Amino acid sequence: MSGFQRHRRTGLVFANFTGFEADLLRSLAAQLVELLRNEAAVPRDDVDPFEAMMDFTGPTTEPDDPVLQRLFPTAYPDDEEAASEFRRYTEGGLRDGKAAAAVTVIEGLEDAGLPPELTEDGLMIDVELDEPTAETWMRSFTDVRLALATRLDVEDGDEEYWESLPADDPRAQAHEIYDWVGYLQETLVMALSKR
Amino acid sequence: MAAASPVEVEPTSTPEEITVLATPWVTIVWNDPVNLMSYVTYVFQKYFGYDKKKAEKLMMEVHEDGRSVVSSGTREEMERDVQAMHEYGLWATLDKQS
Repeated sequence: MSGFQRHRRTGLVFANFTGFEADLLRSLAAQLVELLRNEAAVPRDDVDPFEAMMDFTGPTTEPDDPVLQRLFPTAYPDDEEAASEFRRYTEGGLRDGKAAAAVTVIEGLEDAGLPPELTEDGLMIDVELDEPTAETWMRSFTDVRLALATRLDVEDGDEEYWESLPADDPRAQAHEIYDWVGYLQETLVMALSKR
Repeated sequence: MAAASPVEVEPTSTPEEITVLATPWVTIVWNDPVNLMSYVTYVFQKYFGYDKKKAEKLMMEVHEDGRSVVSSGTREEMERDVQAMHEYGLWATLDKQS
């Protein structure tokens, strides 16, 4: 497949996926949604349970999961109090935004014909996105890549390591998916940069 | 026409104090091994409205120096910028300008 391209006349961004590729993208986006919604946004067990229930503001401490730590970095590295305040006011909204973006990807694939269960061979999924939706996909691909890279411990200049792994190593396979989403991301950025 | 007031105004703050009060805050974007150079450039253009040249220069600073100051202003403005960078998946922090 050739990634994303921009239609010269309509300005729409389009891509053609095999059913397998579309299903894989959906599964990655769905895992992201699950992760964003799963870990309690208020990981505090030191407060009165009633008080905790009545507290509708956001979390004040770093999430436990390393992926979530990367998605919601500490804004004030040298000022714990300011960092907590910032987190309280931003993390909830950022979580919702990232989950909504991933849902946009899932819905886009399903609207383009991806069935709930992929059974058919030779299915092709053609997506066509307007600019704001394409941007949402681009942001969500970033979140997916950050999540995969955190799980895999991707580092700068480690390409040789990944290439040295045997092809049947599950980490090598996961890294291949990470690279593939990176390729899609690159073509999406290029398509959106064309006006 | 009104005449200039003969009352001499006592300056209440020295220029040095004024400088301290006006110390702007900055948004810093840090290098990470994941985000694509093209994407980071795109985000700087799109969100900050920088032209391609400036966006690429800042992106290269992030890439080569490990960090770059991408905007400056009031603390509130910088909190908004940092939040926006987190929306885009960039690793950003804010600090007082040194």
